[in-house]
Amino acid sequence: MSFTKTLINGTDFDHTKLNALQKMVLRAVVMSFIFFGLLTIEGMIMRLVVTGPSNPLPDMFSHAEHYFSIMTVHPIVGIFGSTYQLVFAAFMFLVPYLTKKPLYSVKLGNIVWILITVGTWMSWIAAFVWQYAPLYTLYWPLPADTKQFQTIGGIVFIIGVALIMVGTLGFIYNIYATIFARVGVHKNKTTKELLISGFGIDGMLNLWRKITGKPPYSKEPALALPVVAIFRGTVDTFLDAIVILGAGILVLVYLLADAGGMSWDVHAVDALLYKNFFWWGLDLVADGLVLIYVAGSWYLLATLITGQKLFMENVARAALMLELLVSWMVWSHHLLADQPQPEMMKLVSGEMVTAFELLTQGLALFITLVTLWKARPLKMTPALAYLLGGLVGFGLAVPAAIIQADMGMNRVLHNTQWISFAHFHIALIVGLYMTLYSALYVLWPLVTNNTTMWSKKLTWSHYWLYLIGGVGMGAFGGMAGLDGMLRRHLYVDGEFHTWMILAAICGTMILVAWALFLFNIVMSVGIKGLVGIFLPAEDKSTSYGMDEES
Amino acid sequence: MTFATSVELLKFHWVAYTIYALMIISIIAWFAYNLTRKEKAKSIVRIPFYGYIGFLVAGGVGHHIFTYNAIPWVSEDIMRHEIKPDVTFDITVKNHEWTLPAKPMVVKAGEKVLFNAKSEDLVYGFGLFRKDGTLVTQMQINPKRDNDLMWTFNECGKFDLTTSEYAGPAQYDHEGRDKMFVADAVEVIGCDGNAAMKKEGSEK
Repeated sequence: MSFTKTLINGTDFDHTKLNALQKMVLRAVVMSFIFFGLLTIEGMIMRLVVTGPSNPLPDMFSHAEHYFSIMTVHPIVGIFGSTYQLVFAAFMFLVPYLTKKPLYSVKLGNIVWILITVGTWMSWIAAFVWQYAPLYTLYWPLPADTKQFQTIGGIVFIIGVALIMVGTLGFIYNIYATIFARVGVHKNKTTKELLISGFGIDGMLNLWRKITGKPPYSKEPALALPVVAIFRGTVDTFLDAIVILGAGILVLVYLLADAGGMSWDVHAVDALLYKNFFWWGLDLVADGLVLIYVAGSWYLLATLITGQKLFMENVARAALMLELLVSWMVWSHHLLADQPQPEMMKLVSGEMVTAFELLTQGLALFITLVTLWKARPLKMTPALAYLLGGLVGFGLAVPAAIIQADMGMNRVLHNTQWISFAHFHIALIVGLYMTLYSALYVLWPLVTNNTTMWSKKLTWSHYWLYLIGGVGMGAFGGMAGLDGMLRRHLYVDGEFHTWMILAAICGTMILVAWALFLFNIVMSVGIKGLVGIFLPAEDKSTSYGMDEES
Repeated sequence: MTFATSVELLKFHWVAYTIYALMIISIIAWFAYNLTRKEKAKSIVRIPFYGYIGFLVAGGVGHHIFTYNAIPWVSEDIMRHEIKPDVTFDITVKNHEWTLPAKPMVVKAGEKVLFNAKSEDLVYGFGLFRKDGTLVTQMQINPKRDNDLMWTFNECGKFDLTTSEYAGPAQYDHEGRDKMFVADAVEVIGCDGNAAMKKEGSEK
């Protein structure tokens, strides 16, 4: 087939054969990767600005208003527009697939991706048009500072974030309504049984009974382990959405009051108390749902790739419960440089409980590797390679965070590029996204009805460029952090020139990798197929791999 | 082992983490290579499951025990309310401008200095930097709160001040330069060879 024909028609993709669930999932995936491209471009702009005066960008990018408005929307686009979309789409496909039940509502699934897409664009527009730039941290009272920002920009930004959170609540409802639906294999299960399994209590009871020499509480848990991880992670997703919505309402109330000509005292809200509230919620993303979802995804991918049972499954179930509890008590590691924060909270929450993440994530890494190891020899497929890349990412990023969640280290690492690059950029770009790419390659045949990927060479080119670029950018940025480079600061004189040029080269590799990946996907589904994904599905099925009647 | 200055600590950290990073990448690469091989790979070490768990717990807890003992400012920070400072500097910040008690704020090496910073409007950071840009120390400045940082300088020289927390674009001029940057905000004098360091060591 000629290049043009493939570009238009794809390899063997037929969008008319997709059911409603598959189309809903693919729509969210398309949006996710569009936002990923935007995210990468934003990242590259920031990387280039800090290389110094010789950067090729127009001067306006070096203006603080412009630079920090990009920095403000960068995580909104990345975490919500791209990652949330991709994760939510995958889970709204996987939960019905793994539980052999239909999704509660495909219509709600479509509303979720539309709300997140619209919300992300609104936040982006608020930053682009009005240069609203309080950063994602929204440290009070900066988001309500109408001397520095236009009120209208703030209102549009907050409404955008609120729409994202409403979409998130829609996803949560869809997931729990599906899990608790007493149909199919769960027809005879009680809500109590599903709850016990969802929280992993059956795994703990099994472990306890094994120790005490009794028969297991449950030989066949009601919910598969990956569904347990989704169940558990979604608890944090819910709490996080409530906190962000709460913070958004606070900011919105002040901005609306300002728009109405009233000048309220911003110091009526204590900045440190607000920080505690906000970080408790926001940390449920970083140290809660991400780690739990990722651990669950590793377990699922390891079992799907090997076709074998997970090593130490009961321990894995119990560890997911531990991770949930840990994630509620670690927020103080963000406040180690806040001197009025009580020392005991710094020690217990900021240091000791946070250190448990080394245990929970280290456990997940170990269980995944041993499961793979027991099934060798394995073929090095893209799914396996990306999974290993994901393990590398978290293997690097989690200890980087534990090191700085320490009162001694934090004094010299807090707010530096160490935490930004060596920790969360590696965690997200390498750890999380490579795990998601692995899931994408595993789910691709299911979601697209076995569509042939256009080019294996492009798949592997994407892999290596992305892995080397991601680790490299994290490493060089992290080294700049050790040299004193602040993460929320504008450097226009090339103060950390060498590290930033190296980081920019690696960032370029990520950008090129994304372009190659997108090109490969477009060539596989074709432009017709891409448009067809957004047309209504003839087959209204809300499940995959099962008879709807069952 | 003790680290008298943040530079020493960061150098050690740079080396230790780089070794760790290369090690974890090598381990996963070794796994990846052997996962695809038909011949059974020889285990380099056999790691028992619960031994590994113990190692992680020891690593997580041991890291804090190590830093508490090796980094002098940890105990000083925790106990600062019980320690009488040799000198105190009250600093205020408002509208992205510092009000400093003196410029430079002169201290002697080995003295316990208390920086007490207050913000009248936004969240800022108090960050002291060496001339090469490396970070000496820092804290957050929460508005309408006492933000006190006790610090013992074990190195002499002039140190620059700026906010280590973003407080909006008004911090920068039109060219993107930091208006809150104060060159030579702190000057540390009195280093007689390693006298300050020795004094610190003898007090322990």
